[in-house]
Amino acid sequence: MEWETVIGLEIHAQLSTKSKIFSGSSTAYGAEPNTQANVVDLAMPGVLPVLNREAVRKAVMFGLAIEADIAPYSVFARKNYFYPDLPQGYQISQFDKPIVGLGHLDIELENGETKRVGVTRAHLEQDAGKSLHEDFAGQTGIDLNRSGTPLLEIVSEPEMSNAKEAVAYMKKIHSLVQYLGICDGNMQEGSFRCDANVSVRPKGQKEFGTRAELKNINSFKFVERAINIEVERQIDLIESGGTVVQETRLFDPDKDETRSMRSKEEANDYRYFPDPDLLPVEITQALLAEVRAELPELPEQKKQRFMDEFKLSEFDASVLTASRALAEYFEVVAAATSEPKLSANWVSGELASYLNKQDMAVEDSPVSAEQLASLIARITDNTISGKIAKDVFEAMWNGEGTPDEIIEAKGLKQITDTGAIETLIDGIIAANPGQYEQYRSGKDKLFGFFVGQVMKESKGKANPAEVNRLLKAKLDA
Amino acid sequence: MHNKTLTELAADLRAGAYTSVELTQHFLDRIAKYDGELNSFITVTPEQALAEAAAADAQIAAGTAGPLTGIPMAHKDIFCTDGVKTSCGSKMLDNFVAPYDATVVTKLKQAGMPMLGKTNMDEFAMGSSNENSYYGAVKNPWDTERVPGGSSGGSAAAVAARLAPIATGTDTGGSIRQPAAFTGLTGIKPTYGRVSRFGMIAYASSLDQGGVLARDASDCALMLTAMSGFDERDSTSSQVEDEDFSANLDKPLQGLRIGLPKEYFGEGLDASVNASIQAALEQYRALGAETVEVSLPNSHLAIPSYYVIAPAECSANLSRLDGVRYGYRCENPKDLEDMYKRSRGEGFGSEVKRRIMVGTYALSAGYYDAYYLKAQKVRRIIKEDYVKVFNDVDVIMGPVTTNTAFKLGEKVDDPVSMYLSDIYTIALNLAGLPGMSLPVEPVEGLPVGLQIIGNYFDEAKLLNVAHQFQQATSWHKQSPEGFGG
Repeated sequence: MEWETVIGLEIHAQLSTKSKIFSGSSTAYGAEPNTQANVVDLAMPGVLPVLNREAVRKAVMFGLAIEADIAPYSVFARKNYFYPDLPQGYQISQFDKPIVGLGHLDIELENGETKRVGVTRAHLEQDAGKSLHEDFAGQTGIDLNRSGTPLLEIVSEPEMSNAKEAVAYMKKIHSLVQYLGICDGNMQEGSFRCDANVSVRPKGQKEFGTRAELKNINSFKFVERAINIEVERQIDLIESGGTVVQETRLFDPDKDETRSMRSKEEANDYRYFPDPDLLPVEITQALLAEVRAELPELPEQKKQRFMDEFKLSEFDASVLTASRALAEYFEVVAAATSEPKLSANWVSGELASYLNKQDMAVEDSPVSAEQLASLIARITDNTISGKIAKDVFEAMWNGEGTPDEIIEAKGLKQITDTGAIETLIDGIIAANPGQYEQYRSGKDKLFGFFVGQVMKESKGKANPAEVNRLLKAKLDA
Repeated sequence: MHNKTLTELAADLRAGAYTSVELTQHFLDRIAKYDGELNSFITVTPEQALAEAAAADAQIAAGTAGPLTGIPMAHKDIFCTDGVKTSCGSKMLDNFVAPYDATVVTKLKQAGMPMLGKTNMDEFAMGSSNENSYYGAVKNPWDTERVPGGSSGGSAAAVAARLAPIATGTDTGGSIRQPAAFTGLTGIKPTYGRVSRFGMIAYASSLDQGGVLARDASDCALMLTAMSGFDERDSTSSQVEDEDFSANLDKPLQGLRIGLPKEYFGEGLDASVNASIQAALEQYRALGAETVEVSLPNSHLAIPSYYVIAPAECSANLSRLDGVRYGYRCENPKDLEDMYKRSRGEGFGSEVKRRIMVGTYALSAGYYDAYYLKAQKVRRIIKEDYVKVFNDVDVIMGPVTTNTAFKLGEKVDDPVSMYLSDIYTIALNLAGLPGMSLPVEPVEGLPVGLQIIGNYFDEAKLLNVAHQFQQATSWHKQSPEGFGG
């Protein structure tokens, strides 16, 4: 039987506000346990939450960016369950009246097509603390630094049909929240996390199959892997006569499997109800206008501008705008060199490939945009060829110095002197009389052979354009 | 000096008749002497009180004193006090010392009032008799075989027996007005949002409101003025302008329209209590007011709706009391679930558990619409009833309770009968309106309270209406025998 996969994602993005969503404590990551938890975060008796308006603005900004309905009136609700790292005994979240309603987002598929994915809703809520199970002699330690950090939970429609689409969607959201400056996107620190709802159904069937929820997957690679093995598990299960149960499952990357955490029967009844400590959140037209005015250039707009302003191909433009940091890097290089196309090739080519190889973010690149620009300047002023520039780039990446220092130290300066190149050419012609005769009798293809020999003799330093011009003149004389 | 009003005490302090330290010591002595019988205090704080009194004396000497400087008071043990135990009447918080003051506590500290201690109360403010306290029942000073009412029973008994000049209370369904009525005091529950709830341990957040138990309306006005105001730490506190509630006390009542809801004078109201209320209304007419019959047709829905909403909110509010970070934790828990179950099972009393279970049930999947949502709809209807009536009248009057104070133990095993003792007070909390209780003619030596209900933020009018009555009568000046006059 042919099967069809249905995937929906719930993404938790920590909003990059200075203080927590309902208290004045700092949200900075990595502090000593419980040093960033005040009486509100500790849920002491009698204390009350007060909404951080900055978190609201960031949620609204996200909503505007995905062209969603922004609720003029949204409500915080209590989601009740007991856990030691949830001090209140309930999480303040939003339930039936979220701040961001239906929106959408376009993802690029591998075949080059674009697919529109619906975003059902996005709501504000507080993050829980952390339970630490190691180093406490059999007991559990509680760190409440994260307790109350603002989260935006972004819920997609169940509209993705394979793991690659899910990853493309997740990357798109990841890029968007960073573009907007509302989330730092740091997945190692848990600023950006994902749950995936996965189900399968016979191809053509309308009703959804029973879904499993894969919890807390913290990298793009794991999302893809977790979904693929979960799909495989469900199909195997059904084909061998079993049925999928609705449950929460955990992806174990070490064992490369998903396993059951808890089934629906054991699931909590969260007993949501409006939080009487907080007023409904009103979004006025004035606030909407204000946030709209603050919206930065979005990926799609930036891509279009790169195509218009820099005459880049759609492919180059979309590669360069995949992340805000990469796009900004490119713009610095392009501005400094006034060579947008060449800059684009270097950023999306050499730089991107080095970053990829080392799984590094562009922000951490050892070659800065300014340094790359000065390398490109040495190509355009004919100091070095593009080919030699790649060696220089490698040296820069390895921290061997500025382009000029490296060119000087390695003696890579290009030979542009006509006389020197002519001497080289004469030597090559003299050494290859057979080929010379063949060329003269009409074997034009041998021109490439002579170029190669000259370049080889010059150790790549001869200016290729000059070599071409002079060689042509000599051979055809 | 313990029979004097706040205004008289303030005048004496300024005149140097005695110091705040002497005054405070006098009340501490009275607490030491009489509270063994009444059990109105959970914690007495003599050292802190005397230190604060000494500071107040310095202010008085320097001429920087306010109207309340140097007058001692007591806080219901629901208000968190930095460095002093705040138990909320529960074993659960018997070991709890907050590292912060409630906003109300801060404000009264700033007003220069020394705190004598923290008063007894029904556990987490759940009760109408003050018999649900981990620290034992409070006795009514008018008859120590009777309850003082609840949940602010400790504050009521303490002020009635003149162990404190004035005290704070909280009112979620009648917890200021009913004990005030049972102990012959004047009590005010302000409009929801008038007084900050920060640091006031939550029972039912959308109903809880802090207020005052005092000897008369002018004392209420003085202290409420100091307690009120917008607080940025409480999102539900109202951004209304601060008012001096003492400013309009002397306005004559000529032309005042008093609405008498027929539902408050029907079946269940004791005939003698009704006679006292009628006599008080006659007094109002003599003062120039006119009375008109009005109707609050949905009054009978107040108790059922309250006993869904309040338990629902409390079931979540009390979840933080889990034995993890503070408060009671059971001995040797074998795992997390055992710790939760036994800490909460052993830490909470039976009425608290009952309400947590009722509330949990009301919010459960499949029952939410039928209970919680329905109750919220009823709440809106009840509110609309009042809004309609206030188009036509200035204040509403009626009894606070059906009967005078009942005997200790009388209703302990009958929660429904206990719940019904709040039948006239609960609707107000659902509507968020301000209300008062003031003493009228006693029945068989036991106090009776007249309830005055005002429109939103009409506290000044309520206090004026109460004060004018007290200018013409002396019921509020009566005090129980046996506590040194």
